Amino acid sequence: MAVRKTRVPMPEQGSAERIGNFNEVPLGYTAEMAQEEAGRCLQCKNPPCIEGCPVAVQIPQFIAAIKEGDFRRAIRTIKETNNLPAVCGRVCPQEEQCEVRCVLRKKGEPIAIGRLERFAADWEAAEGLAEIEKTGPDKARKVAVIGSGPAGLTVAGDLAKKGYRVTVFEALHAAGGVLVYGIPEFRLPKAIVEREVDYVRKLGAEVLTNVVVGYTLTIDDLKEQGYDAIFLGTGAGLPRFMGIPGENLNGVYSANEFLTRTNLMKSYLFPEYDTPIKCGRRVAVVGGGNVAMDAVRCALRLGAEEAYIVYRRSDEEMPARREEIEHAKEEGVRFRLLTNPKRILGDEKGWVSGMECLQMELGEPDASGRRRPVPIEGSEFVLEVDTVVMALGTRPNPVLPRQIQGLELRSWGGIIADEETGRTSAPGIWAGGDSVTGSATVILAMGAGKKAAADMDRYLRGK
Amino acid sequence: MYEIIEKRTLNPTIKLFVVKAPLVARRAEPGQFVMVRIHEKGERIPLTIADYNPGAGTVTIVVQEVGKTTALLGAMEPGDSLPDFLGPLGVPAELPTGGRVMCVGGGVGVAPVYPKAKAMFERGVEVISVIGARTAELLILEEEMRAVSRKLYVTTDDGSKGHHGFVTDIVDRLLREEGSYDEVIAVGPLVMMQAVARVTKPHGVKTWVSLNPIMVDGTGMCGACRVTVGGKTRFCCVDGPMFDGHEVDFEEAIRRARMYQEEETLAREQCRCGGEGYGG
Ligand SMILES: Cc1cc2nc3c(=O)[nH]c(=O)nc-3n(C[C@H](O)[C@H](O)[C@H](O)COP(=O)(O)OP(=O)(O)OC[C@H]3O[C@@H](n4cnc5c(N)ncnc54)[C@H](O)[C@@H]3O)c2cc1C
Ligand SMILES: Cc1cc2nc3c(=O)[nH]c(=O)nc-3n(C[C@H](O)[C@H](O)[C@H](O)COP(=O)(O)OP(=O)(O)OC[C@H]3O[C@@H](n4cnc5c(N)ncnc54)[C@H](O)[C@@H]3O)c2cc1C
Ligand code: SF4
Ligand code: SF4
Ligand code: FES
Repeated sequence: MAVRKTRVPMPEQGSAERIGNFNEVPLGYTAEMAQEEAGRCLQCKNPPCIEGCPVAVQIPQFIAAIKEGDFRRAIRTIKETNNLPAVCGRVCPQEEQCEVRCVLRKKGEPIAIGRLERFAADWEAAEGLAEIEKTGPDKARKVAVIGSGPAGLTVAGDLAKKGYRVTVFEALHAAGGVLVYGIPEFRLPKAIVEREVDYVRKLGAEVLTNVVVGYTLTIDDLKEQGYDAIFLGTGAGLPRFMGIPGENLNGVYSANEFLTRTNLMKSYLFPEYDTPIKCGRRVAVVGGGNVAMDAVRCALRLGAEEAYIVYRRSDEEMPARREEIEHAKEEGVRFRLLTNPKRILGDEKGWVSGMECLQMELGEPDASGRRRPVPIEGSEFVLEVDTVVMALGTRPNPVLPRQIQGLELRSWGGIIADEETGRTSAPGIWAGGDSVTGSATVILAMGAGKKAAADMDRYLRGK
Repeated sequence: MYEIIEKRTLNPTIKLFVVKAPLVARRAEPGQFVMVRIHEKGERIPLTIADYNPGAGTVTIVVQEVGKTTALLGAMEPGDSLPDFLGPLGVPAELPTGGRVMCVGGGVGVAPVYPKAKAMFERGVEVISVIGARTAELLILEEEMRAVSRKLYVTTDDGSKGHHGFVTDIVDRLLREEGSYDEVIAVGPLVMMQAVARVTKPHGVKTWVSLNPIMVDGTGMCGACRVTVGGKTRFCCVDGPMFDGHEVDFEEAIRRARMYQEEETLAREQCRCGGEGYGG
């Protein structure tokens, strides 16, 4: 059989069907498909793909195992370095991480590394054999992890494997961070997140929900309770608004609120679930990132007849993953590019009745290297919408960091931490993930967690 | 799980619960609140910490049945458990340690006023309290309030007890006749707090109100609770819930509180309940 140049396609729910439900869109490979795709890998001697993975998954090794049909070895290989493969296989921006480095990209399509990783993880879940592999003897030292997003879960998993007594403190009632409250069910089923959290629990870490550190317990309390090392994985959950008139009208949401109601509180199942959401018939989502795509695709599934992306730059600059933009387009989302809101209009009862926008054009490049959008004078027009979702990015929440003595922050609120070790300026405290970098990606948060866990281990052994 | 230890019916729609929550009790201060979920498919609702006992590890909440969640909670009994009880949240009230302070509570708002009055009373502040309800049988915590006040005034809308009229009548009279109050603290329905702020403004008395917008997470992550204070957008859950009543945009707050009225009615259909709400 000739080796194909293009990747084995992944079956998907059709776009007409899927906007009527919150089920996952890509359906995953069968064993045959996975083996065929794995067969394309050249098993490079110096595999460049691994360098693109922030947690250094042994890519050729696990792919070889899939090719041979030894799926158990495949998942074991992945889990040596990655505690959350079912998540990463779905939401990693592989096209700019591992896959972009694959040598096959020059001649055709790179290996679908993410899809294969997902396959191996889902296979394991179906077989029900999450294997626990401790790498160190039980230790007396206690580690506190604050926040149960991918950064915190990685630190907890790695240190629990080594035998430390780890406790994860999470403010919300469910663990997973953005994976549970932000990323929608149709991209990352919540059952998968729960499974991954359970795995970290099985490794021996304790996960306590309903504890917001800074309120319920302070950092000093934790030190008093004998936690020898503390990791801050508190994410970047503080939503931003534009500061334009009309933003507090009824019907204007932050993307965080819109997505939290939908995903964490399951308002798409209202009234079976108690939390309501008010998604109108004509919805505008302001922004061009993954968060905006998630919000707009949720809006469609919540019954919006018209759903818009309003973004001030052009298609090329949109930071969202291509795959997500394509999915949104297939589902009928309308893109109003080079468009920026000026104010939100309200009716006599205080509800959104429209959004006045300005047309933009691209000028000189700005500090980010992207061409800066400048408004075209007199180009105002009104987009008739009844719901507006602001997906403008988020910042680290300052409440906890401000309480920690000696913890240095950047002007925008990010925690300053050493890139290689995650150490902060406060003794005994590490940090990583979005709380350090601002909104980034799952895999970068995990990469930061890995480095911090390794350094915390060194520190604790030296103590 | 957080077990309900004790329950008291204060009036037909207002219930008091003592809940086992040692971590919350240990750090609670007057002015703070908790986020509660009563079952696995439930919403997260904010409730003020009405009292706390760090020794016993308990927190008291007082709940008025206004919708589905509060009605289901109202039907719970000692021995039942709440799956989620997060707190203490919000900025503790900055209470004075001396001088003379007027505490004003309307409806279920008397419950959040109580811990503040109590804390001030214990520190030697001269506490003068004004509490009101629509009718005598709806009045709550009268004895508790009397015990921590130098003087207590009661009002009812229908005249069935105390002064016939609104709490603002008394507030106005006291400010005009007695003068010199260092602060006024008012908690109750939004319209009541707005009215109190209006009355105290000409007297130039610092007036604290406790806002109660719709919340989702209660930790500063969603922005659902945004309120305009002094022309600036603030998140009530992390910047409040106490704000300067003379700076609050009450019109906006009242409008935003009505955002989910239709859905609330739908959710309420199965359970017969009603009432004005904390902010209705
Ligand atoms: C809608 C959306 C879609 C996204 N899509 C993608 C994608 O497709 N691919 C991708 O790679 N990335 C995506 N991202 C980004 C990615 O989710 C984040 O970069 C990643 O989750 C960051 O992980 P973290 O562990 O640093 O923080 P988070 O996931 O934010 O977790 C932080 C946790 O800490 C808790 N916490 C905060 N403060 C406290 C405290 N004081 N006490 C206790 N707990 C606290 C929070 O409640 C939260 O659960 C998306 C983000 C969003 C919002
Ligand atoms: C900081 C804070 C402290 C609070 N403390 C208390 C307290 O100690 N005791 C108490 O009984 N209530 C308190 N509330 C109000 C309480 O959270 C709401 O009554 C509750 O969320 C209603 O839920 P429900 O499902 O029963 O009613 P819903 O069906 O959600 O609402 C029923 C009616 O109440 C109104 N309403 C809904 N949410 C609120 C709200 N947050 N504030 C005012 N009106 C609302 C609706 O507009 C509707 O008219 C507090 C609110 C906040 C923000
Ligand atoms: S974890 Fe992400 S970046 Fe690493 S190999 Fe898997 S999909 Fe690629
Ligand atoms: S670079 Fe591509 S072909 Fe080479 S080992 Fe990695 S996945 Fe296989
Ligand atoms: S309730 Fe979400 S930010 Fe206040």
